[in-house]
Amino acid sequence: MNASTKILTRDLNLHYGDKHALRHVDLDIPKNHVTALIGPSGCGKSTFLRCLNRMNDLIESARITGRVEVDGTDIYAKDVDPVLLRRKVGMIFQKSNPFPKSIFENVAYGPRVHGIKDKNRLEEIVERSLRGAALWDEVKDDLSKSGLALSGGQQQRLCIARAIAVDPEVLLMDEPASALDPIATAKIEELIWQLKESYTIVIVTHSMHQASRVSDTTAFFYMGEMVEMGPTQKIFTSPSQKRTEDYITGRFG
Amino acid sequence: MNIPKKWVGRGVALVTGGSAIATVVLVLVVIGIVVQGGWGHLTRDFLLGSPEQGMTKGGIFPAIFGTFLLVTLMSLAGVPVGTITAIYLNEYVGQQSKAGRAIRFAVNTLAGIPAIVFGLFGLGFFINFVGGGADKVLHGGALHWGQPNILWASLTMALLTLPVVIVSVEEAIKTVPRELREGSLALGATRLETIWKVVLPQSMTGILTGAILAISRGAGEVAPILFTGAAYFLPNLPDGLTDQFMELGYHIYIMSTQSVDVEATKPIQFATTLVLLILTFTLNFSAIFLRWHLRGRALR
Repeated sequence: MNASTKILTRDLNLHYGDKHALRHVDLDIPKNHVTALIGPSGCGKSTFLRCLNRMNDLIESARITGRVEVDGTDIYAKDVDPVLLRRKVGMIFQKSNPFPKSIFENVAYGPRVHGIKDKNRLEEIVERSLRGAALWDEVKDDLSKSGLALSGGQQQRLCIARAIAVDPEVLLMDEPASALDPIATAKIEELIWQLKESYTIVIVTHSMHQASRVSDTTAFFYMGEMVEMGPTQKIFTSPSQKRTEDYITGRFG
Repeated sequence: MNIPKKWVGRGVALVTGGSAIATVVLVLVVIGIVVQGGWGHLTRDFLLGSPEQGMTKGGIFPAIFGTFLLVTLMSLAGVPVGTITAIYLNEYVGQQSKAGRAIRFAVNTLAGIPAIVFGLFGLGFFINFVGGGADKVLHGGALHWGQPNILWASLTMALLTLPVVIVSVEEAIKTVPRELREGSLALGATRLETIWKVVLPQSMTGILTGAILAISRGAGEVAPILFTGAAYFLPNLPDGLTDQFMELGYHIYIMSTQSVDVEATKPIQFATTLVLLILTFTLNFSAIFLRWHLRGRALR
């Protein structure tokens, strides 16, 4: 294992009941890089993402075999608490899901859950996180406003602020801009670019343009298999696999 | 036989429409009779006074007070248990799991048991078994807990209304989107923290609806308290859990069947019935309003 590898999977398999949704996935995700997962709908890329913070634990029928390591620790080992893992590996969802609470309470939710009660410290974290998510200037005048009153793009950035408020090391993003207009999407993409300074980012995206714009590394998934992974530049210009080439040139997908 | 289709259609419309109208008329007649018979008697003194002269005079305050006390204690016991059960069913066991199905079956069965059976169960279990057992241990067999009282009546009523609470709370919990739960869990919150800080605040309306429907159901039932705590007449209001109490529904039953002069109590019967109807209608309408509010939110 390379020293700069943050997450690694070996022979990762996932079954939903009888469906074999992920097949023998081996993947190394580099630290402080943006790794994009692309592929047609139902190829397993979101399912794979949800394996990395054990979100699939919540799905009754899901059965997982193989290894997933974060910083060299097997996260599916018996003594690993998924709750602690998720503090380290945060997640941004496809549909922005702010809590029906104020902007402040949304961002303070994670820190509060982790036992921070001091008002000043919470205020400081909220401001830092909102700045980190490039939302501060737009909302600083009224943090007591409901998170649901924000626009779609702002809501998604609020969710990013909420995620970084707990100081994770990894951010998993599941098509974070798929429901947004081009301007809001551009803002999110810009933000992702800034965030990789401090975080390891894994982003699932439907848009190949987005993958080529924001990521350093791209992995192509097809029918539950990880077909090919490499520097984004290379995947999009000279993929080594026929299936990858067919997908990125738009022959299917 | 060859009846034109047009006539068949009209006939069906007439029968179905007629039945529907009959239902409405029936409700109006019932309300009309009760209002007509009781309205004139609905005075301040009646609402705040005690029964006098073998219930042919005076008021029904002890029965109103007893009813409120009963449903309050019942809610304190039943709503938390019902809410916790609903949470368990929704958040901890799978919809299709054996445990989930078994609990649901039990809840449905509980909902179908006749009220009088709850009364008998309350007598056998709470009074004789729990109360009698407590007396043996605590009071050397002297009668203290082993007799009808407001506590046992409230607990019996709580059992009867448990399914109502469970179903209402479950319905509310289901409207909380999965995305919100996942959002919370993804931040490193435990399942309990997620329920406490996200699911429950979002289900408050539903819990309240459940409580109101349970109270409304409980306020209208007499059978469960017949043997477990309701009293014919008490000079004093209950001032402890071991006291018996008067109750509106039971009071009506007493006046119409056990009174020394049934005819003379008629105006009071009507007025008492009116009070009971106003109470249950108000509760039901507020529950309907809350549900409507809740549905509106679920669609948004």
